[in-house]
Amino acid sequence: MTKPPAPPSPPRADALQKAIGAERYTFDIQAEDCLFAGAYRPGAAAKIAHGRVRAVDAAAALAVPGVVRVLTAADVPGANRQGIVHKDQPVLCGEVIRHCGDPVALVLAATPDALREGLAAMRADIEPLPGVFDPEAALKKDAPQVHAGRKGGNLLLGALIEKGNARAALKTAPVVVRGRFSTPVQEHAFLETQCGQAQLLPDGVLDMTVSTQSPFRDRFEIGHALGLDPFKIHIRAPHLGGGFGGKDGSTVQCLLGLAALKAGGRPVRMVWDREESILAGYKRHAVRLRYALGAERDGTLVALSCRVVFDTGAYAHLGAEVMELSMEHAAGPYRIAHARVEGRCVYTNNPVAGAFRGFGVAQVSPAFEGLMDELAAKLGLDPLELRRINALSPGDENSAGVRLGGSVHLNECLDAVAAHPLWTTRAQWQAEAPPFARRGVGLAAVFNGMGYGRGLADMAIAKVELTGTGGFLVYSAVADMGQGNSSAFAFLASQELNQEAAAITLLQPDTERCHPSGSSSAGRTTYTYGNALLKACAAMREKLLARGAAILMVDRAQDLELVPGAVRHPATGRTLPLALLGRLLHRDDRLAVSEFIMPVAENPPDTGRAFMIGFPHCIFAFAAHLARIEVDGLTGRVRVCDYLCATDGGRVLHRQGFDQQAQGGAAQGLGYALFEDFRQRDGNILTRDLSTYLIPTALDLPDMASLAAKGCEQSGPRGLKGVGEVGMNGPGPAIAAALYAATGAHLRDLPFTPERVLAALKKSPRGRRP
Amino acid sequence: MMLCFTLNGRAVSLDVAPDRRAVDLLREDLGALDVKEGCGTGECGACSVLIDGVQKLSCLLLAAQLEGCAVVTAAGLGEGDAPHAVQRAFAEHGAVQCGFCSPGMAVAAAALLAGNPQPTRQEIRRAISGNLCRCTGYAMIVDAVEAAAQELAQANAEEGGKP
Repeated sequence: MTKPPAPPSPPRADALQKAIGAERYTFDIQAEDCLFAGAYRPGAAAKIAHGRVRAVDAAAALAVPGVVRVLTAADVPGANRQGIVHKDQPVLCGEVIRHCGDPVALVLAATPDALREGLAAMRADIEPLPGVFDPEAALKKDAPQVHAGRKGGNLLLGALIEKGNARAALKTAPVVVRGRFSTPVQEHAFLETQCGQAQLLPDGVLDMTVSTQSPFRDRFEIGHALGLDPFKIHIRAPHLGGGFGGKDGSTVQCLLGLAALKAGGRPVRMVWDREESILAGYKRHAVRLRYALGAERDGTLVALSCRVVFDTGAYAHLGAEVMELSMEHAAGPYRIAHARVEGRCVYTNNPVAGAFRGFGVAQVSPAFEGLMDELAAKLGLDPLELRRINALSPGDENSAGVRLGGSVHLNECLDAVAAHPLWTTRAQWQAEAPPFARRGVGLAAVFNGMGYGRGLADMAIAKVELTGTGGFLVYSAVADMGQGNSSAFAFLASQELNQEAAAITLLQPDTERCHPSGSSSAGRTTYTYGNALLKACAAMREKLLARGAAILMVDRAQDLELVPGAVRHPATGRTLPLALLGRLLHRDDRLAVSEFIMPVAENPPDTGRAFMIGFPHCIFAFAAHLARIEVDGLTGRVRVCDYLCATDGGRVLHRQGFDQQAQGGAAQGLGYALFEDFRQRDGNILTRDLSTYLIPTALDLPDMASLAAKGCEQSGPRGLKGVGEVGMNGPGPAIAAALYAATGAHLRDLPFTPERVLAALKKSPRGRRP
Repeated sequence: MMLCFTLNGRAVSLDVAPDRRAVDLLREDLGALDVKEGCGTGECGACSVLIDGVQKLSCLLLAAQLEGCAVVTAAGLGEGDAPHAVQRAFAEHGAVQCGFCSPGMAVAAAALLAGNPQPTRQEIRRAISGNLCRCTGYAMIVDAVEAAAQELAQANAEEGGKP
């Protein structure tokens, strides 16, 4: 047994509590006298993804002992439409179901057993309507309309991001490679399914605890859908048992709010089981991509033309916003003079798609990197060298026409991979493949924009309090879905206030006691709130020194220092314990509140006009990934033997947290690349549980090495950038590149299942060799 | 039916429907909220508990199957209030992110080390392969179990060396 390396950083503040099972998630919160709510989704059993609701019959359900109420669309006050940007999704469907998971009724029962029986006794008469399940077919003139009468038909949004003249440049480019790619639906498969508890309090406040990434915004989504005053909705967001984008926006929230309104003041709990989570949860958008990439003979990229078609499913959710990031990142992290990227985001009767780590970028990465490999092969260039020639450097303009003012260290990432033994020894390692196996080593360069982009303030407001006993409370206002931001906040506060870790208590988001700070998403969580927190801590320090100066009768506050547990006057050694200062000051004076707004691109290019919000981004995280794989020549099964990520996330605040994000992102990316094969037929989900939808187990993933580029993002807290997203984008293309090295075939459709790999092997000239 | 067993060393006896799922009995009737549920169909391992020292999935067990057994959950893995070496190593080595799989994962790891105090990385991977984690990619969990094994071996050696 080899000796494991020593832990690189102090442990995360939340880790031990979670390991011993003491952390209380939303899933664990259940009031004594609560009712249990469940949605009736008739499309799944009836195999109807598009249908007219003729009747909903609750009589048998209401006869079940313990069933308290059954609610339908007629019971929904307000707009009965939820959605983050576009409000097009009914809380309960009254007339039409548009996908197999659409709910038509909400059952409230006194026990989980009664709820189960009640849901089983529900009946609905649904008249099947012709459905549309292919996004390109949905754009045809006579296609069934997902939202009848909608102006624009099934096209949610068509958009163009353009720089230069790609069409003309492609005509004259000496070398052009082309390809069609597809990337699949992906299920978040967080271990804690969507859940929450809600209660209408006597004062009219709707009090909720929800497993959510966006507690502040949720109030407005619920308020709109149910006709409630958003400021009378109080939401708490404890630690999430995973989120990855799938808990950004209302999952259980509107249904739960509705249930609570009709529960006579009793608390109501709702937990989706795994099947419901897969049926009704938001998923990664499946995307089809058509690419043409032109270059000079020396490998310099000249022009890119690309079209993406997004399947948003039955509702908009964040379809247009996710597509925006796809389009902005479509040309990869490269300098390119001419780029034309067209996107269409389309309604179908498929399950609803939404945010997922790598938010649109994971979908385009296999395409731009796939063509880079084909270009390298065509030009006889080393694939790593081709990337180095074209890699974005500080001050370069990216393919969307934005000049990169922030930190850019892609070349350092590529250098780290180039120098690593996993790369330098690749020829020998590949040659040593065991019988009936082929080995390949592949790499990919990726990036991911950080923050909301232009057009909506990416802001956080941090609050810090000196307690009456001399400790500090940090009011985190951005949910922790597992990425460790709350621990990072505690760490930052303890450093900035020069206090022991034990002196800092971190509180989870609560819309009553914290200030709106946006969602936990977009690689912005630690960056934006962390910056606000550092400002608040600095303000707190200044205040404590000023108060301390008055009490210690020192003339100038700057002659004092904040030390663990006290304000100190170094010249005389006198100290004022914070515990005493905490008692002396009024609570109003023990608070510090500061905001931070992420910078946006100055002089944004005049393109992407269809996007009212979110375009463009100006700070990016970068990464280079390497995969070593072994392909079983008989079965097509791919084993990932080694994996390496070199990541530019600015300065590293907490090495272990940084590595966790790199490895965790890569793990989800490897699932996306190899294992996760979401199947549906005519809008009905065939992979309805974790025994048919396979996420990687400990036996499927290799040990991973994580390297950090030495960079510093000047605008970031302590120089950091968000690294939560970028790790997701590398594995798809890195595995495709490794497959090419192993088999000589360019695979363009994810996931690379054994069937697809075997088929590619059979077709490839190199595949047939004995 | 009347059911008697021990939960984390404490004798419990209660009247329960024999077809009640063990996970519901543990969480709802006995407040063992450290036992998580991620799928209800035996796929994710979050509800893992030790039954007479063997890792079992409490979502697939019926209450009646606990009769006379020693049931240990994540909260009871350590001695008294002290966490198990595996749990401390989880925290130190970055094995915990969202943490929802962690109690079940700690149960799986503790069960492994009880039977195989010096496992290889591959043996560790096999032992935890019934426990899904969506956050970590598992490498740091394997690191943590290795570290815990070393710590336990060292503690045993010191114990054995005492006069």
